[in-house]
Amino acid sequence: MPKPIIEVENLTKKFGDFTAVNGISFTVEKGCVFGFLGPNGAGKTTSIKMLTTLLKPTSGRVLLDGHDPAADQAGVRRTFGIVFQDPSLDDELTAWENMEFHGVLYKVPAALRKKRIEELLKVVELWDRRGDLVKQFSGGMKRRLEIARGLLHHPLILFLDEPTVGLDPQTRNHIWSYIKNLNRREGITVFFTTHYMEEAERVADQVTIIDHGRILARGTPAALKKKARAKSLEQAFIRLTGHSLRDEEASDIEHLRMARKMWRR
Amino acid sequence: MSTVYIMWLRQLKRYFRSKPRMIGSLGQPLIFLLAFGFGFGKIYSQSGRGDYLQFLAPGVISMAILFTSVFAGIEIIWDRQFGFLKETLVAPVPRLHIMIGRTLGGATVALFQGVIVFGLACLFGFRPELKALPLTLVFMFLIAVLFTAFGTALASQLNDMQSFPLIMNFLVMPLFFLSGAMFPLEGLPRGMALVTALNPLSYGVDGLRMSLGLASFYGWGLDLAVLSLSSAFLLVVGGYLFSKIQI
Ligand SMILES: Nc1ncnc2c1ncn2[C@@H]1O[C@H](COP(=O)(O)OP(=O)(O)OP(=O)(O)O)[C@@H](O)[C@H]1O
Ligand SMILES: [Mg+2]
Repeated sequence: MPKPIIEVENLTKKFGDFTAVNGISFTVEKGCVFGFLGPNGAGKTTSIKMLTTLLKPTSGRVLLDGHDPAADQAGVRRTFGIVFQDPSLDDELTAWENMEFHGVLYKVPAALRKKRIEELLKVVELWDRRGDLVKQFSGGMKRRLEIARGLLHHPLILFLDEPTVGLDPQTRNHIWSYIKNLNRREGITVFFTTHYMEEAERVADQVTIIDHGRILARGTPAALKKKARAKSLEQAFIRLTGHSLRDEEASDIEHLRMARKMWRR
Repeated sequence: MSTVYIMWLRQLKRYFRSKPRMIGSLGQPLIFLLAFGFGFGKIYSQSGRGDYLQFLAPGVISMAILFTSVFAGIEIIWDRQFGFLKETLVAPVPRLHIMIGRTLGGATVALFQGVIVFGLACLFGFRPELKALPLTLVFMFLIAVLFTAFGTALASQLNDMQSFPLIMNFLVMPLFFLSGAMFPLEGLPRGMALVTALNPLSYGVDGLRMSLGLASFYGWGLDLAVLSLSSAFLLVVGGYLFSKIQI
């Protein structure tokens, strides 16, 4: 059996006395589409940050294609590409310039860069707006540009933190079929989070469910449904976490977390 | 190299697209030239030292460069707030290259600003010797590099703009006023002489004056050495601090 491309062991992150990620362990096989699911504040983004050198773990170990971020940040950075949950574009540059900046930074050769930028901007339907400053874009357009940029350099591992949030269903399908295609054709491992359970069910080979910084369940969507005796992944998710993603009545602890988030701003 | 280039290019594009910023940053040097050059000038020449504007102009050019560079460096806080910093941080490129690219970008902008102020000063009657113009540009550029690197390194440690007034009032203003930009370095009280000697901007202003045919206090060799060494030092420090940023 080949070595997993992502290995996470006992990963923990504390912010003060609050534990956001609590000793999680898992592996991701090369070429897998891996869904990392959980309600708001579960610790998904924090985990991704630790996997992608943006945050130091409090304890535990991470290996990306054999590279340890604690010892070899440069090596880790060469293995992945990422679409962040939060905005990360330069508003004062045009769509095309944002792509070009990324391509140069990741050393995509000029001819290939040009070809891919055109291809991707067409996939996300921004080719006609390539010369416009990003600050003139709508939220959805910015999101599409972020995704296109993340797909430009074809890394070993692609992290997508809620990539399709706020996009219409048609665009989401479009983008996912492009990503699936990349995954099949080039064997790129995809690590994504999402709040759309039907999306996760459709695209993921493996899913892992996390809540309160702990892993609750993992397996193929089919296996999870079976385990929870659920008809859909959404239902399985609700049974496993004890609450729905779109839960209106947040529990007390949820309120506390919200308050925490507000105060940090 | 490509990293340095693309970071540099980005800074330039952002700057030249922001006309209010370009024009706004000319305000302060203009006021100094007018108020001090003409207002103060009389007292200065009465004390038998010649025309104050000739003395002051290199100081005001340095000031324009100092402020623009520190601003350009501090801009990284906006990158953090708008999220773009993440994009550069996860890139598989050496932190030192990011630091150098950003710094050269900001420094080019500041140099450009300095040249404009130079032109304005000439309009007001500044008549320097232009024999050593390349050396003048070298000194202007070194001041720009030094203080962009300074601003960048400093701001890499800050999360938001709240400390900005602190930096302006307790670092940048003193750097400017205690540099010999406004007054001659000869015959200062000992404490003051020490402070100015510890301020790298003093060597920038001094070198600039010398290259424009005015008297030098430290000597241009020392000026060049101090500016380049402290720039190199700050670039390395900045690169290191970059590698420690967490988001
Ligand atoms: N810098 C920080 N300081 C303090 N607490 C933090 C910080 N970053 C995250 N947290 C907390 O850690 C917990 C996990 O946050 P995280 O962003 O990882 O959640 P998430 O699973 O990505 O949620 P979402 O679905 O809303 O994106 C939250 O309770 C959050 O308030
Ligand atoms: Mg998140």
